Amino acid sequence: MLKVKQYVKAESLEQAYELNQKRANRIIGGMLWMKMSNTRVHTVIDLSGLGLDKIEENEEEFSIGCMATLRQLELHEGLDAFSQGAIRESTRHIVGVQFRNLATVGGSIFGRFGFSDILTCFLAMDTYVELYKGGVISLKEFVNRKKDNDILVRLIVKKTPASHVYLTHRNTKTDFPVLAVALSVNETGGKVVVGARPARALCVPMKEEWSQSISNGSCTQEEAEAIAAELAKQIPTGSNTRAGAAYRSHLAKVLIKRGILKLLEERGQ
Amino acid sequence: MQINMILNGKKITDEINPDLLLIDFVRNHGCYSVKRGCETSNCGLCTVFMDGKPVLSCSVLAARADGHVVDTLEGLQEEAAEFGAFIADQGADQCGFCNPGMVMNAIALFREHPCPSDEEIKEYLAGNLCRCSGYEGQLRAIHAFMEYKKQGGTV
Repeated sequence: MLKVKQYVKAESLEQAYELNQKRANRIIGGMLWMKMSNTRVHTVIDLSGLGLDKIEENEEEFSIGCMATLRQLELHEGLDAFSQGAIRESTRHIVGVQFRNLATVGGSIFGRFGFSDILTCFLAMDTYVELYKGGVISLKEFVNRKKDNDILVRLIVKKTPASHVYLTHRNTKTDFPVLAVALSVNETGGKVVVGARPARALCVPMKEEWSQSISNGSCTQEEAEAIAAELAKQIPTGSNTRAGAAYRSHLAKVLIKRGILKLLEERGQ
Repeated sequence: MQINMILNGKKITDEINPDLLLIDFVRNHGCYSVKRGCETSNCGLCTVFMDGKPVLSCSVLAARADGHVVDTLEGLQEEAAEFGAFIADQGADQCGFCNPGMVMNAIALFREHPCPSDEEIKEYLAGNLCRCSGYEGQLRAIHAFMEYKKQGGTV
């Protein structure tokens, strides 16, 4: 059970940062994961009064405030068009609408949870995080950093042209994924990100000739299978109550292949 | 700490503990339709509207609702009764425990999609678990309700 002694609605990021330096204090996002823990927190720091719940778009990038909800991500037309539905696909299976109206982007990314659909999806894109003290760094760098007491202010998704696809396998609807796969490909390169391994999502770059053949549509079904097998070999998997490592490794191959075929299908191949 | 909110159209000021959950706050104010179910943010039993959006009241602090508008089934009697009649007609409530949460989320669905497709219905209500019905009765009730609305029924 979550026990809280004091609740502070932060009036500035500086105030939130100062409070967050004490080990007994915590920032709350949607609070959905924190609520599941048996924890005593001295002060919970609420960022909901700082106007960080907006998704803004300009010609170069999307700026997603840390307090924007997963439901906002799901319904954002610009993100949906840019990602060819990948972002919506990465959110719509997460529990239910009521849950997604509470869960925040900041909470999902800052936690760097292995099961995170959101982290897996955004890692496949040209994504950066803005930290209050740490400045702007790539999401890939952030994911591998040790957790500290900084504040994730917003997520920045550059509009680098690419084709995206997001796929998961779940034992049952609304559950955590058994495995999540995001692919991103353009003429100059491509990457596959595998999440819920069950460890934290891992990004593997594609060979240039693979991304080119997928991008220009010349990749055959057999080649797609071979590429998927090669990529899946580079993804370490583990076991938990949802699935074993061998099953996850097999799934990785299957989902990566399906992802490549989906990208080709969108090109009319 | 002191919070203010508009609960079912009524302005409320109350002293609360910082870790009081919204579900306990609204129940303390007589909204017994809001039930505690899974406690893991999965079942949808505790659904209330915060600023018109469905949320899980078991997973949000009452303190966060400070300054917001909260509605429970008690505040949506007319809409709930009209749709609830279709649930009853189809025998879709059975034990009835999940019903208030399901009706709340169905109202949110109709507000967002007045004529939802089956895919939209299933996706929107995926966060409302029912251990009795297998969901078929609820789906039939939603279809019947939509047909009634098409024929000019009003909320």
